[in-house]
Amino acid sequence: MSRQANRGAESKKMSSELFTLTYGALVTQLCKDYENDEDVNKQLDKMGYNIGVRLIEDFLARSNVGRCHDFRETADVIAKVAFKMYLGITPSITNWSPAGDEFSLILENNPLVDFVELPDNHSSLIYSNLLCGVLRGALEMVQMAVEAKFVQDTLKGDGVTEIRMRFIRRIEDNLPAGEE
Amino acid sequence: MADEALFLLLHNEMVSGVYKSAEQGEVENGRCITKLENMGFRVGQGLIERFTKDTARFKDELDIMKFICKDFWTTVFKKQIDNLRTNHQGIYVLQDNKFRLLTQMSSGKQYLEHASKYLAFTCGLIRGGLSNLGIKSIVTAEVSSMPAYVQIQKKIYLLARKENK
Repeated sequence: MSRQANRGAESKKMSSELFTLTYGALVTQLCKDYENDEDVNKQLDKMGYNIGVRLIEDFLARSNVGRCHDFRETADVIAKVAFKMYLGITPSITNWSPAGDEFSLILENNPLVDFVELPDNHSSLIYSNLLCGVLRGALEMVQMAVEAKFVQDTLKGDGVTEIRMRFIRRIEDNLPAGEE
Repeated sequence: MADEALFLLLHNEMVSGVYKSAEQGEVENGRCITKLENMGFRVGQGLIERFTKDTARFKDELDIMKFICKDFWTTVFKKQIDNLRTNHQGIYVLQDNKFRLLTQMSSGKQYLEHASKYLAFTCGLIRGGLSNLGIKSIVTAEVSSMPAYVQIQKKIYLLARKENK
């Protein structure tokens, strides 16, 4: 019985390693295709955006979370439900701006960077930039325009990984003419 | 605990990303497939290392293939291979009736020709895994129909086997 349970935990760990390794292969390939780090960062953000706009549907279907009333609730849902569901970690939320429209997600450990080291000639590469795109894309689908960017990164020597989220504005529903 | 949905979406993005930066044409298609296959190869190598750290030594080729069909496939695709056939002379055919990377696509013949793009990574994955277990192989895949009874037949031609230490 315990052997069965062991297999379950191991297989979960393995599938997260699959994702980590695949992401690593992707970044490596992008670095080969694009000459400079800025282009790679942009490409990762774009891909993340495309993933985010689809991921949100999966998330809403599985998590049964209701509509968030304000940005604080959104932050909670992102950190405690979404990150936990997809990456198995729960970042902490800190550094709220006085206006309540900016906060930081602190990730003690970032599963994407397991086994990763940045070589010296890629110092401006934002390795996990896909995450920023995912957050941006997903929130846009629930009518929130936000900006997400990394301000600290363990790959670059910082103690933790920190993503700064900034609320830009609520997106009004612009239904195309003739719909509903 | 990366979720399957996340991996599926990432994989689809990778496929479309690789193809977007390429132009039309037979040569380009081949190049893109190679790129995806090579990515899969690297991932397969790494994954099999982590995965077989604590398992017992494999008795022979067939044992390795069974491992791929059961444990490896279950970890990556949450199910086992449905059917394994071999001619005992180096060719193995793995059949998956419901290939996870294609279940989200519409059934019918319409997109069959594009299915190979979505298989390249997986072929590389298997080839990389086998390579780190000491088996040189060629992995090809065929899709006969989407997606409900996708029959993916991976013919693994075992070319040469390094001596097991």
